[in-house]
Amino acid sequence: MIAYLTTLIPAPLLAAVGEVGEGFFKERTSGTLPCQAKPNEVFCFDWAKENINRFGTPTLQQFELVLISVVLGFAIAFTISLLAHRRGWLRPPLLAATGILYTVPSLAFFFLLLPITGLGRDTAIIVLAAYTLQIIYRNTMLGLANVPASVKDAARGMGLTDRQILWRVELPLATPEIIAGLRIATVSTVAIATLAVFIGAGGLGTQMYGSGNLTFPTSVIIAATIAILMALTFDALLVLLQRFVTPWRRVRPI
Amino acid sequence: MSAFHPLFASFGGAIEFILTPQESNVTGGKKVGGLEKAIELTLKQLEVTVLALALALIIALPIGLYLGHRGKGELLAVGLGNAGRAIPELAVIALVAALIGVGLVTVTPALALLGIPPILTNAYVGVRQVDPATVDAARGMGMSELEIIRKVELPLAIPTVMGGIRGATIAIVATATIAPLAGVVTLGDFIINQSIYGENGVLAGAILVALLALTLEGLLALLQRRLTSDGLKLQTA
Repeated sequence: MIAYLTTLIPAPLLAAVGEVGEGFFKERTSGTLPCQAKPNEVFCFDWAKENINRFGTPTLQQFELVLISVVLGFAIAFTISLLAHRRGWLRPPLLAATGILYTVPSLAFFFLLLPITGLGRDTAIIVLAAYTLQIIYRNTMLGLANVPASVKDAARGMGLTDRQILWRVELPLATPEIIAGLRIATVSTVAIATLAVFIGAGGLGTQMYGSGNLTFPTSVIIAATIAILMALTFDALLVLLQRFVTPWRRVRPI
Repeated sequence: MSAFHPLFASFGGAIEFILTPQESNVTGGKKVGGLEKAIELTLKQLEVTVLALALALIIALPIGLYLGHRGKGELLAVGLGNAGRAIPELAVIALVAALIGVGLVTVTPALALLGIPPILTNAYVGVRQVDPATVDAARGMGMSELEIIRKVELPLAIPTVMGGIRGATIAIVATATIAPLAGVVTLGDFIINQSIYGENGVLAGAILVALLALTLEGLLALLQRRLTSDGLKLQTA
């Protein structure tokens, strides 16, 4: 599945994936800019101006990680939601299972998979996708549960089959809750994906944490700002998507 | 069956690392790991988590309950919760370490900061969801505003409030795992300092962190069940 998804990504982007932070934090100390000599300088504009280019690749990597993970997570969560909707006895075990995946801290989760999937992007994607399951599953179930019984009765009275009721009545009415879940999942994934650096999957984390526990505040601040902007952009796009797919209602913030 | 063998070997090695100290490549013959070290790091992670959670609760719970009771500050309470999710925890730890300093005293408030949004938002939403007629009835019975919050709104909001506290705990434990970057040597040390502890140590750290997080989550779920009034349980059942 992941292998298939990665084939959808243009080759130049894939080539860029990998650890880019090696030696970076040592490298910057050899610079000649005045503020680099002061380790506790909060923000060094000269360095930022000269080095803004090095954030391009990590940003793309981060974007790919988030996009693939959320799409994969949504596909799985949406499928199990429909299963649980059809078969009620599946609900408690699925809630517990996704809850356990959500509870395990990401750094530990990466390395629990290490003996199975090794270092690299696949491991990061599996973990990040696993985190989105609980939120998307819960919100989808909530959305489906909030559909009034009278509406379903009316649909049945019009002669719709169970399948038609699900796809034409229940899911469209549950869309706001589903997208609300997707928004939370996507925004959290952008933040957590910065930890993918520890498993060698690149991303903006490479510009926050270097080998030897050295940190350079300017770089951390730029990387964090990019991550937050990326989260806000994804969020705004999902709000637009909701407006587009539910033209019959005004957007209701949740 | 044979395909699973290396997997069992990896996890077996990790368990061994937890139980007895192992040779390390870089410490010059000094052994690393072992039960004593594992317990020490677990307790450290527990300590920093509990301290940060307590600090977050002291700050966020009263504010969330008060704002919810007054029905004011929705933008602050809900917006903060949404914005909090977007903050990369690695950046928080890295910046605290670089700019403010390392150690328990600087890391605990930073972790508490990450726990505040979910607690505040859920306390606000939970209290807001209480039926206004119920609050009116309480007021009619002569309860003071403080009594209404304590005896009516908080008990009715417990499931939502506890949901926020559980979310905060998950965020704090997860971030406490990367706290060794800021000089607080938690279980994450096994994971982050791979060169010292080796592959077994990394896996051992991951197992212990996961167990710790799941145990805390389980305990909070039990606590939630204890705190939820019997009437509410009947309603949801």
